[in-house]
Amino acid sequence: MTKTLMMSAALATAMAGGAFAQAESQDPIKLTTHDWTGQLVTTRIMGEVLADAGYNVEYVQADYIAQFAGLKTGDLHVAMEIWETTGREAMDEATATGNVVNMGETGMEAIEEWWYPAYMEDKCPGLPDWKALNDCAAEFATPETAPLGRYLGGPVTWGGFDDERVEALEMDFEVVHAGTDAALFAELESAYQRQAPIVLWVYAPHWAPSKFDGKFVEFPPYSPECYNDPSVGMNPNAAYDCGKPTGPIWKVAWSGVAEKWPGAAKAIEGFNISNDDMGQLVANVDLNGMSVEDAVAEWLAANESSWKGWTQ
Amino acid sequence: MTALRRPYIFWLALFAVTWALSRWSFPLYKALDARWIIKFPKAWELPLEGWISAAMAWLVESATFGLFTFRDLTRFISALIEAPYDLVRNLLVDGFQTGLGQNAVEVAPSLSWIAVIAVVGALAYYAKDWKLAVLVGACFLYLAIFGQWESAMVTLASVLISVPMGAVGGLALGILSYRYQWFERALRPMLDLMQTVPVFAYLVPILFLFGFGPVSALVATIIYAMPPMVRITTVALQTVPPEVHDVGKMTGCTRRQMMWKVLVPVATPTLMVGVNQVIMLSLNMVIIASMIGAGGLGFDVLGALRRLDIGAGVEAGLAIVVMAVALDRLSQAFAVRERGHAITGGFVKRHPWGVTVVLVIVGTFLAGQFLPALQTYPDGATVTTSRFWSGAIEWINVNFFDTFEAIKVFFLNWLMLPVKRFFGGIPWPWGVVALGLIGWRLGGWRLGLLCAVMTLFIAASGLWPKAMVTVYLCGVSVLIASVIGIPLGVLAAQNERAGGIIGGFIDTLQTLPSFVYLIPVVMLFRVGDFSAMIAVVLYALAPAVRYAAHGIRSIDPGMIEAGKVSGCTRRQLLWRIKLPLAAPSLLLGLNQTIMLALSMLVITALVGTRDLGQEVYIALTKANTGQGIIAGLSVAFIAIIADRIVTALARKSKERLGLEA
Repeated sequence: MTKTLMMSAALATAMAGGAFAQAESQDPIKLTTHDWTGQLVTTRIMGEVLADAGYNVEYVQADYIAQFAGLKTGDLHVAMEIWETTGREAMDEATATGNVVNMGETGMEAIEEWWYPAYMEDKCPGLPDWKALNDCAAEFATPETAPLGRYLGGPVTWGGFDDERVEALEMDFEVVHAGTDAALFAELESAYQRQAPIVLWVYAPHWAPSKFDGKFVEFPPYSPECYNDPSVGMNPNAAYDCGKPTGPIWKVAWSGVAEKWPGAAKAIEGFNISNDDMGQLVANVDLNGMSVEDAVAEWLAANESSWKGWTQ
Repeated sequence: MTALRRPYIFWLALFAVTWALSRWSFPLYKALDARWIIKFPKAWELPLEGWISAAMAWLVESATFGLFTFRDLTRFISALIEAPYDLVRNLLVDGFQTGLGQNAVEVAPSLSWIAVIAVVGALAYYAKDWKLAVLVGACFLYLAIFGQWESAMVTLASVLISVPMGAVGGLALGILSYRYQWFERALRPMLDLMQTVPVFAYLVPILFLFGFGPVSALVATIIYAMPPMVRITTVALQTVPPEVHDVGKMTGCTRRQMMWKVLVPVATPTLMVGVNQVIMLSLNMVIIASMIGAGGLGFDVLGALRRLDIGAGVEAGLAIVVMAVALDRLSQAFAVRERGHAITGGFVKRHPWGVTVVLVIVGTFLAGQFLPALQTYPDGATVTTSRFWSGAIEWINVNFFDTFEAIKVFFLNWLMLPVKRFFGGIPWPWGVVALGLIGWRLGGWRLGLLCAVMTLFIAASGLWPKAMVTVYLCGVSVLIASVIGIPLGVLAAQNERAGGIIGGFIDTLQTLPSFVYLIPVVMLFRVGDFSAMIAVVLYALAPAVRYAAHGIRSIDPGMIEAGKVSGCTRRQLLWRIKLPLAAPSLLLGLNQTIMLALSMLVITALVGTRDLGQEVYIALTKANTGQGIIAGLSVAFIAIIADRIVTALARKSKERLGLEA
C-alpha cells in the first residue's frame, strides 16, 4: 500500500510543475539561506511576504560567495543579503555578466570597525578615540604579541585593510586574523566572561553588540580618497589612515526573476528594514531563544502596514 | 661496527646541513644577492591555477558532446541521485506531498519516530541479538528525547543514499582492479589523491557541476567515503584462499559465476568491513556537507557554534556520535552475522520481524492521526543539557584561564616557535634536494625522484612558505599526539579495564565533529597556532593509540615468555622486547596519525592559521577552483611523501626484525 502511495505522490509532484504554468509562474522562487541568523531572518521575511502574495517559495541553503554561480545560471533566484563590505567584489563580477541583477538596498547599513567592551574604558581612559586606544596598547598585549597590543581581525577573506591601517596610523598593535567569525566571537565571549582586555573586529547588524556592552573605536572618518590617495589623511605617505567604510547591504537576484515573476521582483525591490528592527529580531533569536519562524511571524504581525506596501 | 654507524652519519649530516641552511638562509641570500634562495621567483611560477580555473569555466559553460552539454550530463547525474534521496527524505522527515512550496498538500506523513526505532531495532535483532537491538534502539531514542530527531533523520537520509552508492561504486572499482592489473595501477594514485586532497578543495567545482543543494553534498561525501571500499574489495578478493578458486573451477563456473557466486560471497565478511568504513567516513563528512546544503545535524552544529551556543553544538555533535555508534555496531554485526537455519512454516512464522515492523508502521500511522505524539515526538518532552555545557566552559574559562595561558606560553616558547623557525627558514631548493635524498636513502631512486618532484611542484606553485607552516604544525601535533597516544595504547593493551575506557574515549573523539571542540578550544586558548595544534592532536590521537595497542597485543606470546624466563623486569620487558617488536605497528600508526593531522589542518583554518589549509579555505570562500585544487594537491603531496617515507621506514624495520622478507 505504501508503495502505490509513494508512486502516486511522485507522479503528482512531477505533473504539478507543468499544470500551473501561467503568466506568473507557480514554480517555486528559490531564496538562498546562509549560516548567520540575520540573513535567515531577512530571507524568511521576504519569503513570507512573497508567500502571502501567492507565490511559491523554497529556501535553499548555499554558500555566501559560491551562490553567485547558482544565481548566474538560474539554479538559485534571490539572495537577500550581500554586504557592501564583504560581498561587493563577487557581486560586481556577477552583475557584469548580465545574468544577475542588483535589486537595491535592504535598508540596513553594514558597520564594521574595531570594537572594545565597555569595561575597558576604566583601564584605558579617553576611549573610544583611537589615539587613546593606541596610548594604552600595552593593556591589550598578550605574551605572543608583547610589547605590541593584540588586535583580533576578521578572517583574511573579509579584507578590511587592518594591517595597512595599523601601519599607516603607526599604531602599536599586531593584527591577528581569526579564521571564521565563530572563532572571532568565541574570543570575545571568553574575554567578556573574564572581563579581560580585548579589541577586535565586530560588525553590525549582529547579536554581539546587543549582547555585550561596548563601543566601536572612533578612527578618522572614512573617505574614498583616504583609501586611494596616500597624501590624504594624517599620514601623508600612506593610504588607509582612516576608519572603515560603512555601506548598504544589497539584495541580488537572477535576471530571469523579473520576467518570470514580475510581481515578486517588485516586492523584492520594495523590501526594506532598518538596522534597529533587525538588531531586535536577531537578538530575539540568538539571545532570547526564539525560533526564526516565530520571531519573523511576530515582526510581520506588528509591521503589516510596512510590508504590505512592498507588493503594491 | 662501522656498518652500524654509517646510517647515523648520513642522517646527522643531513640534519646539520638543513639546520645550518635554515639558520643562515637569510644572510646567505644577502651575501650572494640571490633572492631566489628564500623565495621562489614569481616569473618561474607555474600558471596552473589560471589554467584549472579556465578549464573549469569551459567545462561548466561551453563543453559539449554535440547533442548535450557536459553540464547537462552532470545535471542528469544529479537528478539520478536526487530522486532516491527525495524519496528517503520524504519517508523519514518530510512526508509525501503533492504540489509545490506552500501549495503542497500532504498525501502521507513520514514514518513516525516509533516506527523508525522499531525498524532499526528489528534490523539489529536480525543481525545479532536482543542486546544490540536495545543498544541501537536506545541510540535512536536519545535522538528523539534530546530534540534532534528531525535533523538526525535528514542526516540519516543522506547516509542511506551515500553509503549504498559509495559501497556499490567501491565494489565495482575494486572488482575491476582485481581483474585488470593496469586498472589497479591507474586507479591507485587516484585513490591516494581522493583520500588526501582536502574536501574543501573540490567542493567548489562540485557545486558548479552538480548544482546547489543536497546532491552536491552527497557527491562530495561519496568521493570522500569510497576509496577504502575500493581498497578493501581488492584485498578481500585477492586473499580468497586458492582452494576456493579451485572448487569454483572444478564445478565449471563461468567468469561471472566465479565472481558473484564464489568470490564475493566468500569475501563478504571482509567486504562488510569496507561498508562499515564507508558509513563512518560518510558521518565524518556531515559537517562539511552541511556547508554546501546538506542540512541536518551538521547544520545544527555549525549554526549553534556561530551563535556561540556551545551547549546546543555539543548536543548536536553528540547526536552524530550516537548515530555513528548505532550504525557502526549495526554494520559490524552484519559483517560477522552467522546464517541460522531456515525456519519453515507460514509467511508470518518465517518473517516474524518483517511482519512486526509493518504492523508498527501501519499502527503508528493510523494512531498518529488521532495522537500526534505517536507520529512526531512531542517538543514538550525533549530534554536539553545545553545550559550545563555553556556553564561548564564559562566556569573553566573564568577560573583556569591563567593556568592554561602559562602552559600555552611554555609550549610556544620551547617547542612550537623553534620548530616553526627551523622549517620556515629552510630554503626551497634545499628542501627539494633534502627530500630527494631522504627518499633515495629509504626507498631507492624512484622514491627519491617522486619526493623531489612533488616538493618542486609545491615550491613552483608559490606555496613553499605555507607548506612549511603546514609541515611545522603537523609535525608538532603528530609528535605530541604520539607522546600521548603511544603510552595510552600500551596501557590499553596491558590492562583490559583501562583498554575499555580508552577505547570508548578514542571512539568518541573520532566521531565527534571537530567543530564542536574547536570553538571551546578557541575560548580557552585564543586564536593562534596553539589552538590549532590542540584540535589536531585531539583528532589525530586515535590511530597512535589504536596501532600501539594492536602492536603490543599481537606480539607472539612466546617472545614475552622467553623474556620472562631470562629474567627481564617489567620495565625491561616493555622497553627491550615489546616496543621493538611493535615498531612496525607503531610506524603504521604514525603514518595514520600524519594523515589525520593533515586532514584536520584544513579544518583548523577555521580557527585562523597561515598554512595550506588556509589557502584551501580562502579558495573555497572565494569560489576559486584553481587556487583550491593547487593548494589541495600540495596538501595531498605532503601526505603522499610522508606516507611513502614512513612506509619505507616500516619495511626496513620489519626486515631488521625478520618479521617479513
